[in-house]
Amino acid sequence: MQMRCLYLMTIAASFAIPAIIVAQETEAPAWAGLQDLHLDVVPRTQEERDRIAMVTDIPVDLSAPFAFEENSGGAATVRPRRNTDAFSQPSANLDFEEELNFRVGNGLFRRLWVSSPASTLASDGLGPLYNARSCQRCHIKDGRGHPPEGPDDIAVSMFLRVSIPGPEDGPPHPIQDYLATLPDPVYGRQLQDFSLPGHASEYSLGVEYVEIEVGLSGGEVAMLRQPTYSADNLGYGPLHPDAVLSPRVAPQMIGLGLLEAIPAADILALADPDDADGDGISGRPNIVWSIVHDQPMLGRFGLKAGLPSVLEQSASAFAGDIGISSPLLPNAWGECMNSQIICRDAIHGGDPEQDGYEIDQIGLDLVTFYSQNLGVPARRDVDDPEVLRGREVFYQTNCIGCHQPSFVTHRLEGDPAQSFQLIWPYSDMLLHDMGEGLADDRPEARANGYEWRTPPLWGIGLTEQVSGHTYFLHDGRARNLLEAILWHGGEAQSQRDAVVSMPPEDRAALIRFLESL
Amino acid sequence: MIRTFLTSTALATCVAAPTIAQDAADVLATYSDIAAAGYEDSLITAQALEMAVAALVAEPTANNLTAAREAWLEARVPYQQTEVFRFGNAIVDDWEGRVNAWPLDEGLIDYVDGAYGGPTDENTLAALNVIANPSFVLSGSEIDASVINAAFLEETLHEADGVEANVATGYHAVEFLLWGQDLNGHGDGAGDRPYTDFVQGDACTGGNCDRRVEYLVAATELLVSDVEWMAAQWVEGGDARSALMEDEQAGLAAMLTGMGSLSYGETAGERMRLGLMLNDPEEEHSCFADNTHNDHFFNGVGIQNVYLGEYVRIDGTVVSGPSLSDLVVGVDAELDVEMRMRLAEAVLALGRIKTAAESGFAYDEMLERGNEGGEILIMGGVNGLVEQTRSIERVVASLGLDGIEFEGSDSLDNPSAVFQ
Repeated sequence: MQMRCLYLMTIAASFAIPAIIVAQETEAPAWAGLQDLHLDVVPRTQEERDRIAMVTDIPVDLSAPFAFEENSGGAATVRPRRNTDAFSQPSANLDFEEELNFRVGNGLFRRLWVSSPASTLASDGLGPLYNARSCQRCHIKDGRGHPPEGPDDIAVSMFLRVSIPGPEDGPPHPIQDYLATLPDPVYGRQLQDFSLPGHASEYSLGVEYVEIEVGLSGGEVAMLRQPTYSADNLGYGPLHPDAVLSPRVAPQMIGLGLLEAIPAADILALADPDDADGDGISGRPNIVWSIVHDQPMLGRFGLKAGLPSVLEQSASAFAGDIGISSPLLPNAWGECMNSQIICRDAIHGGDPEQDGYEIDQIGLDLVTFYSQNLGVPARRDVDDPEVLRGREVFYQTNCIGCHQPSFVTHRLEGDPAQSFQLIWPYSDMLLHDMGEGLADDRPEARANGYEWRTPPLWGIGLTEQVSGHTYFLHDGRARNLLEAILWHGGEAQSQRDAVVSMPPEDRAALIRFLESL
Repeated sequence: MIRTFLTSTALATCVAAPTIAQDAADVLATYSDIAAAGYEDSLITAQALEMAVAALVAEPTANNLTAAREAWLEARVPYQQTEVFRFGNAIVDDWEGRVNAWPLDEGLIDYVDGAYGGPTDENTLAALNVIANPSFVLSGSEIDASVINAAFLEETLHEADGVEANVATGYHAVEFLLWGQDLNGHGDGAGDRPYTDFVQGDACTGGNCDRRVEYLVAATELLVSDVEWMAAQWVEGGDARSALMEDEQAGLAAMLTGMGSLSYGETAGERMRLGLMLNDPEEEHSCFADNTHNDHFFNGVGIQNVYLGEYVRIDGTVVSGPSLSDLVVGVDAELDVEMRMRLAEAVLALGRIKTAAESGFAYDEMLERGNEGGEILIMGGVNGLVEQTRSIERVVASLGLDGIEFEGSDSLDNPSAVFQ
């Protein structure tokens, strides 16, 4: 029987609103006191604070290149290679020993996992349900994934998350404003479209697009494609009637260790949940429960900032995407639910050689190190007049209200590659309401169905060279940078409208600037 | 590649810089001469391989297949010695994936054993077998593969779908075509493709011998043209040589970075330690031909060549001149002795793997879980490479090259300097 569950872009107000507990104005914000528990921090001196404030201040003179802006990733910045390997280079300031860890981590990142039992004990444990057999398969060339190219293309590098609203009368969550959700009772929190022999796969991804015309100044026209997703060929019966699906394309992998090393306090200082400064942009931190540190931490990674560190993100991807257990997430069946009995009872790949896990702490640490150290390529053409004009447009339109240009990372014990670097991610790492057009209606920790974490823009100009496409946004619906801008709504509606109405040459310059990132 | 060395002593910069200034250009010239000779030798041997392939195609016999395999093995000797020019010379880094990409999903190219597993979600093309399929679907589009030529391999098939294991070109693709799959696991023996796989007509085995020949010829031709291009970059006036000479300090740093990165991360790490970690017989650099021991050994020799400023060409002539060693003697003679010792020890440790393999204990047998002798041999090589890298770091510091940034350095300042 073919089940077809249509995912419609509607407002799920029924659960999004009641779950929000309005904070008292007098209370400290939910994020007060959040620590960077994943880092070994050397506290900043007052002198350093002053210098950092000066160097990250938005310059008044927008006519010339800023000092050091060419090095998007600070001293970890890599030479922008002119081929598909541009996102695959180790941080430039690794020493030789660290480079070894990077290379071995790369080997594990591209490693094909196989089903159990297998002669290669160290790489069995795949699935039983999975989205891909290796990390690299979704993070293609360490760059962005893409939606299927047509009805005959497979959906690898894209999947659907799923959840149902949590009980309205449940106990209060230790994290303020936490939007409680539950996994689908049968399918869990993620749909896997592949399975080992003897197991049904959970679904196949269906997507249909409708073209929408958008008129621009100067008589120009842009076309947007509006997606509708469906979970087709459901292998374990219908989804829960209240199930909400969220499409996700694998994001690019560069600079993650640097993003992880930005002081939480510097990100939280940008939070403006009630838009106190009246610029139309709020910015809310996601706060998530760390399984490593067993307490709340700032959410940084994932399209809604649902994970606090590269380590936890990696363990989560191993479990959910490949079905590989680790010391952090020890379930050998990945994220199969209780009712998926055959999956739960299958032969799994945990071996004494890996402390009973399918990937042990050593392997997980190597993949994490690799993921932290994919270098950000240097910018190109920073002094090109059109790039400079585009940058001026970007700043003056207040795109930087969310796409925060620069940070200085923590000074870290042992002086790793990420320590004390001036970086240019063009992201504030906060959640923003992006409007109904982009809403997935699926909450994640404190992020509601309209909110997404500002994605870093560094490296986006190399997307076509690395990935052979220019699909952007959380589900790859935008086919180029202009379409991505035109999808902005909610807090970014006025910026989007400004781009629509600005002189065509300014719009072209803006795109040119983005391509130089 | 931009690189800052973390073992920094600012003092050494001031002391060392003036003394080496007048010699650096000569050292860089020797290095470029060795690169030029190494790539020219790689070209000569690749052309010999092309001739041997032509002979095999014209007259497919067991002898001609053996001759082609020998030509491939000979071609690897100079090429592996040039890998030390990676990791610092942008022109080499941007090119290398075309000729030496690894590991590869051989099912993309030709028939494989039934146990191979067929197409997977991981790599829908892994068992595509382009030799048997004149058209296939890539990302939902129909691809015409009716003619297998160099352009098709390079532009369409190589890294198809962004999957790095879709290696369609270079030494290892040719290796697979000449040897076939190594189905012996951790046991004795390499790939054993029959020469009849290249026979046209009824005697053809493996099917589609015409397209297999087409593929082999095209891949070999592409390899020759790629190596030819690189050889031209290193002759007098070539772009790689000019780029190196632009900034002498950065050039010296590039030499040492290549030595260190090839030693530590690439060879000791990704090519050796990972294989031991996974105990997988496929985790060896030349898994079809069982030539991995030579890959590692000649990497080691190449690293030594650069330090000593000396390369023995395939015809026995010697290219030599002022070397890094000469520079280090002028600054710290003891360190020069140490560096030479470490290089010799690493080559010796890699040589132990080579002699053991040549005596019948193949590299994939060494990788077997619980094989104590194999682990000792491989870890000996790893440790030798790691130890020599420690000395390379000391050489970098003694020459005052820490903090020197590479190609593009004039526009890529070190932003951490803002805060110092």
